Amino acid sequence: MASLRRRTRQRLILWVQYAVFVGIVALVAFTADWGTLRESFFRLDIARDMFPEVITVNLRNTVLYTLLAFVFGLVLGLILALMRLSKVAPYRWVATAYIELFRGLPALLVLFAVGYGIPTAFPNREIPGGVYGSVALGLGLTAAAYMSETIRAGIQAVPRGQMEAARTLGMSPARAMRTIVLPQAFRIVIPPLTNEIILLTKDSSLVFVLGVTASQIELTKFGTDTLNARVNSTPILVAGLCYLIITLPLSQLVRRLEIRYNKAR
Amino acid sequence: MTHPAIQIQDLHKSFGPVEVLKGIDFEVQPGEVVCVVGPSGSGKSTLLRCVNLLEEPTRGQVFVHGVEVTDPDVDIDAVRRRIGMVFQQFNLFPHLTVLANLTIAQRGVLKRSRSEADRVARENLDRVGLADRAEAYPAQLSGGQQQRVAIARSLSMGPELMLFDEPTSALDPELVGDVLAVMRKLAHDGMTMMVVTHEMSFAREVADRVVFMDGGIVVEQGPPAEVLTAPKHERTRSFLARLLDPAAAVDEP
Repeated sequence: MASLRRRTRQRLILWVQYAVFVGIVALVAFTADWGTLRESFFRLDIARDMFPEVITVNLRNTVLYTLLAFVFGLVLGLILALMRLSKVAPYRWVATAYIELFRGLPALLVLFAVGYGIPTAFPNREIPGGVYGSVALGLGLTAAAYMSETIRAGIQAVPRGQMEAARTLGMSPARAMRTIVLPQAFRIVIPPLTNEIILLTKDSSLVFVLGVTASQIELTKFGTDTLNARVNSTPILVAGLCYLIITLPLSQLVRRLEIRYNKAR
Repeated sequence: MTHPAIQIQDLHKSFGPVEVLKGIDFEVQPGEVVCVVGPSGSGKSTLLRCVNLLEEPTRGQVFVHGVEVTDPDVDIDAVRRRIGMVFQQFNLFPHLTVLANLTIAQRGVLKRSRSEADRVARENLDRVGLADRAEAYPAQLSGGQQQRVAIARSLSMGPELMLFDEPTSALDPELVGDVLAVMRKLAHDGMTMMVVTHEMSFAREVADRVVFMDGGIVVEQGPPAEVLTAPKHERTRSFLARLLDPAAAVDEP
C-alpha cells in the first residue's frame, strides 16, 4: 500500500466506498419481498379514494395546527427570551423555571394536560377556538420553551455595539430592541426556527389525544384511521408524502429568505 | 448663562476591582475641539463613554450643557438625543440601507415625517460625500465609507456635541484620510467635539486643546503645540516618543 501514489490510493478508497454502497442497495432490493410490499403499501385504488379529503381536510388541519402552535410559541418564546435577558432577577427565574420544565416534558403530556386539565380546573370557561385553541396552547407551550432559547442566543449574537449605537441616537431600550436588535436576531435564528416549525408539523400528529371530530382530523390520524378501515398500509404512505408537501417547500422558502438577507448582513 | 458643553467632576470608574478612572476633572466649552490622547488602557475611551452614560460612573458627576447626566432621575434618552457618538467599529445597522440608518431614529425618536427625515438624511450624506450611496447596505461599503455614514447618522439627529471614540482605529491606513477630512470640516463648521484618537497630526492641526491621559488620570492638557511638541511631563514625552518610533519602545524599561 505504501508504494501506491497518493492519488491512486485516494481513487481506490473512493471506488471501495461506491462498491459498498451499491452492494447494500442491491442487497436490500433483492432480498425484499416486493410483491407483498406493493400489495400493502402501494395500492393505487386505496390512495385514490383518500383524495381529495386528505388535502382539503387533513393536510389543511395539519398546517393550521402547526401554524397556530408556532405563532403562539413564537410570541411566548420571545417574551421568555426577553425575560431571561432581563435585569430583573425574578423575571429570569420564572423564565428559566418555565424553560426547564417544558423542555423536559413530552409534548403529548402537555397537550393532554391542556386538553383535559384546563377544562377540569375552569369548568365554566372554554379555551377560545375550541380544539384549535387547545392545540395552539398545548403544542405552543412546549415549542415556546425551545424557541425562547433559540431567540435568546440570537439576541446575544447581535453585537453589543448595535444596542449602544441605537441608544446613543436617543432610542429607548424597548425601541432599540424592537427596531435594531430583534430584526437582526431573527435573521440569525431563521434556520433553527425552521427546524422548530418542521418538528411542530410532525408533533401536530399528537392532536388525536384531544379527541377530535371528523373535520378536525390531521394527516397521521387520517392515515391510521384509513389503515384500520381498509386493512392496508397505503394510507400511511400517502400521509407521509403529504408531510413532505409541507416541509420541502418550507425549506426552499427559508433558503430564499436567507439569500435575500445575506445581502444586508 | 452658558454652561460648558461637558463638565466632569471627580469622575471615578471601576470595572470590578480595577479602577480605570481615578478622579477626572475635565471641561469642554461649546465650539471647542478637544482631542484625548494616551496609551491604550489609559481610560480615555471609558471617559468618553461616561459622557453619554454608556458607562455608569462609580463616583463623580457629569454635566452636559448644564444637565446632570449622572442624576438617576435624568431622562437619559433626551440627553443622548443632543449628543452624537461615533464608534471605532462604526456600528451601522447592517439590516438597514444607508438611508434607513440615517432616518430610523429621526422618525422614531424625533418624530419627523418621512419626507423631512429623508431630506435631512440626504443633506448629511452629501456633507460626508456619500450622497450616491443612499440605497446601499453597510456591508457593500468600505470601512471609510461606513464610518462617514455613521458620522452622517449622528449629524442627522442635529446634535450639539459629538463624541468620537477612536473613529479611525479600525480603518485601513489609506481610508483614514477621508474620515479625518469629514471631521476637520465638522470642526471648522463650529461643532463641539471630543475626540479620542491616535491620530497626532489630526490633533495637532484641528484640536483647540489636547488632553493626555495615562493610568486613569489627566496627566497634562493644553494647546496642541504645547502638549504634543513640548510636553512638560515625562510620561507624555515617552508616549509621544513611542508613537514616533514604535521599534525603540522595546528598549525602554
